[in-house]
Amino acid sequence: MDKVKITIDGIEMEVPKTYTILDAAREANVDIPTLCHLKDINEIGACRMCIVEVEGARGFVTSCVMPVSDGMVVRTNTPAIRDARKTTLELLLSNHNRSCLTCVRSGNCELQALARKLNVEGIEFEGEKTKTSIDDLSPSIVRDNSKCILCKRCVAVCKKVQEVSAINTMNRGFKSEIGSACNKSLNDVPCSLCGQCIEACPTGALREKDATQKVWEALNNPELYVIVQTAPAVRAAIGEEFGMPIGTLATNEMVAGLKRLGFNKVFDTNTGADLTIMEEGTELIERINNNGVFPMITSCSPGWVRYAESNYPDLLDHLSSAKSPHQMFGAILKSYYAEKENIDPKKMFVVSVMPCVAKKSESEREEMEVDGVRDVDAVLTTREAARMMKEAGVDLSKIEGAPFDNPMGDASGAGAIFGTTGGVMEAALRTVKEILTGEPLDKIDFEEVRGEKGIKEATIKIGDKDIKVAIAHGLGNAKRIMDMIRDGNAPYHFVEIMACPGGCVMGGGQPICDAKTRATVDVRKLRAEALYKLDKELPIRKSHENPVIKKLYEEYLEKPGSHKAHKLLHTSYHPRHYFENE
Amino acid sequence: MKSIEELSEIRQRTLEEIKLRKDRNYTGKEKHVLVCGGTGCTSSHSMEIIKRLEEKIKEKNIQNVRVVRTGCFGLCARGPIIVVRPEDTFYAMAKVEDVDEIVEKHLVGGEIVERLLCKDIDGTAVKSLDDLNFYKKQHRVVLKNCGLIDPENIDEYIAFDGYKALEKVLTSMTPEEVIKEVSDSGLRGRGGAGFPTGRKWEFAKNSVADQKYVACNADEGDPGAFMDRSVLEGDPHSIVEAMAIAAYAIGATKGYVYVRAEYPIAVKRLQIAIDQAQEYGLLGKNIMGKGFEFDLEIRLGAGAFVCGEETALMESVEGKRGEPRPRPPFPAVKGLFGKPTLLNNVETYANITQIILNGASWFASIGTEKSKGTKVFALGGNINNVGLVEVPMGITLREIVYDIGGGIPNGRKFKAAQTGGPSGGCIPEEHLDTPIDYESLIAIGSMMGSGGLIIMDDSTCMVNLARFFLDFTVDESCGKCPPCRIGTKRMLEILEKMVAGKGQVGDVEKLEKLALNIKRSSLCGLGQTAPNPVLSTIRYFREEYDAHIKEKRCPSGECKAMTKVMIDKEKCKGCSACSRKCPVNAIQGELKQPFEIDQDKCIKCGVCIATCPFKAISRV
Repeated sequence: MDKVKITIDGIEMEVPKTYTILDAAREANVDIPTLCHLKDINEIGACRMCIVEVEGARGFVTSCVMPVSDGMVVRTNTPAIRDARKTTLELLLSNHNRSCLTCVRSGNCELQALARKLNVEGIEFEGEKTKTSIDDLSPSIVRDNSKCILCKRCVAVCKKVQEVSAINTMNRGFKSEIGSACNKSLNDVPCSLCGQCIEACPTGALREKDATQKVWEALNNPELYVIVQTAPAVRAAIGEEFGMPIGTLATNEMVAGLKRLGFNKVFDTNTGADLTIMEEGTELIERINNNGVFPMITSCSPGWVRYAESNYPDLLDHLSSAKSPHQMFGAILKSYYAEKENIDPKKMFVVSVMPCVAKKSESEREEMEVDGVRDVDAVLTTREAARMMKEAGVDLSKIEGAPFDNPMGDASGAGAIFGTTGGVMEAALRTVKEILTGEPLDKIDFEEVRGEKGIKEATIKIGDKDIKVAIAHGLGNAKRIMDMIRDGNAPYHFVEIMACPGGCVMGGGQPICDAKTRATVDVRKLRAEALYKLDKELPIRKSHENPVIKKLYEEYLEKPGSHKAHKLLHTSYHPRHYFENE
Repeated sequence: MKSIEELSEIRQRTLEEIKLRKDRNYTGKEKHVLVCGGTGCTSSHSMEIIKRLEEKIKEKNIQNVRVVRTGCFGLCARGPIIVVRPEDTFYAMAKVEDVDEIVEKHLVGGEIVERLLCKDIDGTAVKSLDDLNFYKKQHRVVLKNCGLIDPENIDEYIAFDGYKALEKVLTSMTPEEVIKEVSDSGLRGRGGAGFPTGRKWEFAKNSVADQKYVACNADEGDPGAFMDRSVLEGDPHSIVEAMAIAAYAIGATKGYVYVRAEYPIAVKRLQIAIDQAQEYGLLGKNIMGKGFEFDLEIRLGAGAFVCGEETALMESVEGKRGEPRPRPPFPAVKGLFGKPTLLNNVETYANITQIILNGASWFASIGTEKSKGTKVFALGGNINNVGLVEVPMGITLREIVYDIGGGIPNGRKFKAAQTGGPSGGCIPEEHLDTPIDYESLIAIGSMMGSGGLIIMDDSTCMVNLARFFLDFTVDESCGKCPPCRIGTKRMLEILEKMVAGKGQVGDVEKLEKLALNIKRSSLCGLGQTAPNPVLSTIRYFREEYDAHIKEKRCPSGECKAMTKVMIDKEKCKGCSACSRKCPVNAIQGELKQPFEIDQDKCIKCGVCIATCPFKAISRV
């Protein structure tokens, strides 16, 4: 690679010529402040925080977009630069809703951190604030534009990564505000509610719709039997909220923490994932045997389902009719488990802790109930669960771990890897291959479906059949697969789609990493590795071998795809129409 | 497709028909009645005048007279303008009702209608356009065809050497030679910044790509500026031809003209020009049979000021929200649709054909050492001859204001001139003799700008002027970067406080601090120049700021909030007329005793001043 010599604040270094000044500075541990920059996603030079002086250049230079060149001499810390940055930051703060004490992002806010870092001691230029609005109409995402600094990271993620483009800047100048077409709520536009915008937001302008109060109330209600279930990806990230390193697997600590909150039972959604494999796998086998609609596509990711309903209403028969794991599990808890434990399902309150904000919307779907009993009553994000623990004085970094409750607690390794891209596919293949061939797998790991590539393809030999599969994560990649299907060019039998890039470990409900961490640490990989490690360590690694699942079918559901299974565990989809009556 | 021979034939034939418009010694019987069809004259009914002229000529069965709708003559203040050629009779402020008299007396009777002749500032009627002081110091290069040809007729453009420059380039010049000619001419960007045009072309040529574009910035946005509009309305083919030449020089095959939709006449005429050029094979494949391919498309802008900034313009052409992109990459490397793009302003292009035809040294002989050629200004504000002027670089502001512009109306005094619009600065009286060129204007804290030239008399408050321009920038900021989005708003708030009489000591320093940081921190030219009107008014009129802040007084009397309406007790006869008219019952008194105004109630509307029969009430 071609290298160039540059000097930053007196530090001489050699860097690839493809670097920006910011890249080089980070390598030299020179900390240039940024706000709008999100590596490879939002490189628009808008916030003016990363300005530097370059010898010979006219005016300040925007370091996040300026490529290095040979002999370049950069100064990041001159009085003029400090003064300019501070003035710009003060201007931002003068137009910001500074209710930091009560803000959900307090302590994890890039704007707040920068104000401290730049030693802002007062705001010299106070004045009128932009009149902004709050959108809290969706079940998943709240946007409070009074805290928005117009960095447009959310816009870029929505447009360039997810390729949904549900939001953009509205109005101009001081009146600018981020919003959707015709000032509609996110609820009423083709937003997938994936929540990647929340992950990208440096401030408290975007957050999940709060469910903590609802859950506290349930916990405080002596009439209710309150059960919590936790998704696979939550345990791989919740530790970050308590200062543990990224990639820490905090399963037992999480369970112990939830017990301290007062839940009657703490169960594992991974068991629901095993159940999903049974149902979805059976559906796939049926389609293979009966020449059904191909490819069959997974339906565990509610952001993906909503996206499909909005954008590919003509292809909904490709989606598996299986409910997502936590919905299935909720339905089983309120039927099988309730009967078994003799609890009135109407007095049972099921809380799902999810790495996801779309799950909030999913749990409120009309279809997600059986005989008038809702599958799931409240969905907390990983962040909300951590918030409740902190409120209750629970510190996961200093807690003694505890196991999931039985009898619904034990899950297979296949269930664990549901939380990462390729995991659902791998779990399904472990089961489908064994059932179709009738022989035990010679190799449990399907390495070919793992990894960060946007679209992964593989051909799996099952008996004499070549089963072609594809895995897409991030809705931009989903779009490419769906367009292939629409054009009749998709050769696949089975496709896994997760709305979030990287899968649930990087879901919109997960702990938020700042831009610098995102640029320098492979968060997806570390969190996914935690789940693969868990899979490896478990004695049972195939869903159909999970004794809880076996027993469930024996005692209650009869067999996968049975009438009862359909009633409890399957759902339907409907096209979403927007802007129709306008 | 027309061959070079066919074009030449069209040129000869049409020139025979229309040369009388230029030829003062023409002795034939033909007459052409030229009526201005620019936006200004159109809005004062010049189209109805044309219609009536044609009806009347038909009715009278007059032969040998042709009515021609032309582009702008420049003297917009006296529109609608009618010029009869070859005798060059200049009728000003004509009405539809005047048409019959012109036809009967002048076109039939051969007698000039004296009462309709244009009058110079001193009141003397001028027979010929050339006799007007307004035109005497002008030098028309860019505007040479404006007011002379029918802009919707390609043949008339061809007649006056139209498409001859393109022919010359395609038949006898290499792209390098074209660029050298442009470089040698010394032409600099007329959009305002003054970057050497030849260098820009060279950068675009040196970029290697499978596709390149040329683009024309016709998003004229300065308040009061209408130079580019007039060129497009009066001589659209000059832009089409120049862009084809530029495309040849840099190796582009496709061009875009970005025009604001608020310019309907310009858009219509440019589209007609493009259609005609395509029909003649002057756009398209194998132009003039020389194997050169180039085509042109119009893209309409919605009128956002920021879209005049080159990268925001490109975003807008691509169909996106008009916001500037960071540079680098520069447009010459990565412009429209990610391809190398050459972007020039309308007026810059309008010089190109003349440079090619007359040579770089001819062009370089006009103007000053570093600023060559001419500059078009839209002259407005407190000036007698409001209109469009084209002057050689190096002329002084004094010559423009007094010789061309005819001075300040209503016996007022010149106070300052604003060049560069909201990005520029004001020039006070002490700098009236500054030569108009890029460097001199920068040196006195202003800038060339795109050509808006607003003259202000002594009734103008400079603090309020700064507030006006900031109000404009705040409204037009795209909002992408905080210094511009919030900083200009904060500056505006301080200025609003000042003009409301609520300024505080230290506010000027606050303005200066904000201005400095907005200038150096903003992403694009809009923000980087937005504080200029404030800085230059502080520089030259600091005492006015101080008067507003310390004395709560507006020296020019423009800021109403700071004036007091007072009754002169000596003059007041106590008639109560004012008291009865006051809309807020602020005036009390006993009959036949001096009345008094309650300053807390007074809204300074001035009704009492107009009412008082003894002139006892005035603003102080």
